[in-house]
Amino acid sequence: MSAIPGFLKGNFRSNESRTCDTTGLPVCNTASLFIQLHAVFAVVFLLVGAVAAILLALTRWPAVHLLPADWFYRVLTLHGVNMLLFWIIFLEVAIVYFASTSLLNSRLFSKGLAWAGFLLMVIGAVLVDYIILIGGADVLFTSYYPLPGHPFFYLGLILFAVGALLAMINFLLTLHIAKRDKTYEGSVPLVVFGATAAVIIAVLTIATGAAILIPTLLWAAGIVDIIDAGIYRVVWWGMGHVSQQINVTAMVSVWYFMFSLTTGAKPLNHAVCRGAFVLYILFINLASAHHLLVDPGVSTAWSIWNTSYAMYLAVLASMIHGFTVPAALEIAMRKKGYRQGVFGWLTNAPWGNPGFSSIFMSLVIFGFIGGITGVTIGTEQINIIVHNTLKLPAHFHGTVVGGTTLAFTGLAYYVVPLIFRREYYMKGLAKIQPYIFVVGILIVILGMQFAGSTGVPRRHWDVSFAGSPIPIPKMESGWLALVGVGGVIAFTGLLIFILLTVATVFFGRSNKGKPMESWGDVKDVSASAGAWTKEDEHKTPGTWALVSILLVSFVVYYFSNWKALADVWWVR
Amino acid sequence: MSFLIPEKDWFKAPDKGERNWIAIGIVWCLIMSVMMPYWHVAGKQNSRGESYKVKPEDFSARVQKFVETNSVGKLGNIPIVQPNPGGHAYLMGGGYIWYPILKLKQGQKYTLHISSTDYQHGFSVQPINMNFQILPGYDHVLEITPTSTGEFNIVCNEFCGARHHVMTGKIIVE
Ligand code: HEM
Ligand SMILES: [Cu+2]
Ligand SMILES: [Cu+2]
Repeated sequence: MSAIPGFLKGNFRSNESRTCDTTGLPVCNTASLFIQLHAVFAVVFLLVGAVAAILLALTRWPAVHLLPADWFYRVLTLHGVNMLLFWIIFLEVAIVYFASTSLLNSRLFSKGLAWAGFLLMVIGAVLVDYIILIGGADVLFTSYYPLPGHPFFYLGLILFAVGALLAMINFLLTLHIAKRDKTYEGSVPLVVFGATAAVIIAVLTIATGAAILIPTLLWAAGIVDIIDAGIYRVVWWGMGHVSQQINVTAMVSVWYFMFSLTTGAKPLNHAVCRGAFVLYILFINLASAHHLLVDPGVSTAWSIWNTSYAMYLAVLASMIHGFTVPAALEIAMRKKGYRQGVFGWLTNAPWGNPGFSSIFMSLVIFGFIGGITGVTIGTEQINIIVHNTLKLPAHFHGTVVGGTTLAFTGLAYYVVPLIFRREYYMKGLAKIQPYIFVVGILIVILGMQFAGSTGVPRRHWDVSFAGSPIPIPKMESGWLALVGVGGVIAFTGLLIFILLTVATVFFGRSNKGKPMESWGDVKDVSASAGAWTKEDEHKTPGTWALVSILLVSFVVYYFSNWKALADVWWVR
Repeated sequence: MSFLIPEKDWFKAPDKGERNWIAIGIVWCLIMSVMMPYWHVAGKQNSRGESYKVKPEDFSARVQKFVETNSVGKLGNIPIVQPNPGGHAYLMGGGYIWYPILKLKQGQKYTLHISSTDYQHGFSVQPINMNFQILPGYDHVLEITPTSTGEFNIVCNEFCGARHHVMTGKIIVE
């Protein structure tokens, strides 16, 4: 294994590993089994969430208004839970199992632990979905106290969380044995560092989750009645917000990983990138306050401290990655000879490679939409004109969908050929899949954003308010049609991904013993591009152009929201 | 490569480009941090979270008393209630209605007490788009001064059960 820099003798048992025919990295067969199991289940839950998504989009489109009210809230619960928890966390377990084994030249610590974690996650998730579908938990994924959910709903969530915790422990113990057995020398790769940050945040999340879900389970079962609606929200968002930070951290790790894999990009400065990951760990666990900015009982001082000190340092971390990730790409492309103008490196990037295009669009959507809107609407006073309007889902469909989900689907275009060792069906379709999904989700976000600006509520079945005790005019809802139209397109994009992936995983052409077929590489044309100097290693005019546009958009969006706030009645 | 063991001497100070960007980021974060306390001093729209613990039945009784003393009419069978300018007003979310209908005067300050008798609700005044979270057990106190006249609609924008979407209310400002 000496071909891989820094790797010493692996700690694999006999016949427990193979060498990847494409990358030369070692693959632990046990880890590989569990990467496959978790990835398959992730995609199954993505399908459940996607079917729910199209039903929701078609219901919020007033001209269609598909589902009856009770099913709308039921399917909304299903969508939130399956997308935000099951799809994302199953895939994250697959990612951390991969990072701790193949990238550290190690075997997975324990097969038993992996089975236990996996089974608990599956049992928990299936139980939760079953309870939701029989109408036992029309409480949405936040299950705000005192909405009554069936005790098994909370029990299922707890089982799922315990399963995920076992997987995280397995990851940490794998890091430990890799170190102990000296399978590598030097520092862990950046991607493993990022995955470790994600796992540390995950352990914190699950601990907070236990603090809220266990008392809620006992309450739902009629054993105790000690919960307070305000405290429930504080602790619930301690879990709910922090868990989003797992997604950000994992997504950023995937960005680094995929840009290296598809274009050979290297981090310019490890200290900066790692420092930014450390900021995530240190400063995010306090940031739940931005969900409570217009709550009773939450003091101004606490909100400001919590959003500015805690959140802005995590925001700074994202801004740093938002620079270092494209900069690494730019340098790699320029070094390969693409030096024309400010953006020649970008226009010549492998846009036909779904593993690349997904990741680049994830970076842009996360930064320009998810990031800017999130920081702005999470500002203490601005939240008054945003709280629980559709601007909220507009924001997080820019983070967890256009950001995390898009990055994870892009990753799959490499996981399937490398770990499942099968070649994708219909590569032409796969190449355009990310674009279809992105167009759809951008339209959804646009519709939600503008409907939300006019006050249209989220989590609402009927903005005509028919049958209300106090009749009020129906809300102008032209923008809601965009949620419907975009939803159809985004659903189509996701469905193409799911069908191609499932078909390939089970029936695709095997590529065992051969390198995977390329999705389209970047040709090295540096020979004709002139000398590459030491100075060029730090010149990133394209990245500067991108981050300047980002900053200007940020400032404009931020202050235009302050301006909109200034028109509201005086309130304090 | 981001996924390979880095060279031994990876620890380097950030170069000029990175330093500049980090500095810009810090300055921007500081500006955003200062905006919030600044708005508490200079701005007119703030959320202080002032609230008092209250039992739903006690709050309900206060609302009832408020309606009896200040009622000025009815819309259907829902009372329209006009608090004294500068005085206290009460609004109760529960049973899929914001109760009662309030009648306020433009430019006057009111101390508005809002609570829930059942689940969590979202107090959302449209079309001015002012939103606050309302919880059972908490008397959420807002000092509001309507700056525009007309009929304003209250919707509920926190899911509160099967008929959440019919939960409405009204504020009339003269
Ligand atoms: C085809 C793609 C998708 C479409 C069309 C879509 C559409 C929607 C719609 C219409 C809503 C309801 C908004 C409301 O009325 O409050 C919603 C809620 C939500 N979506 Fe999606 N979505 C998609 C994908 C995703 C993904 C991939 C995730 C997460 C990874 C996600 C996470 C959520 C969450 C957390 C909610 C809020 C649920 C709640 O309020 O309880 N969505 N989505
Ligand atoms: Cu959050
Ligand atoms: Cu409601």
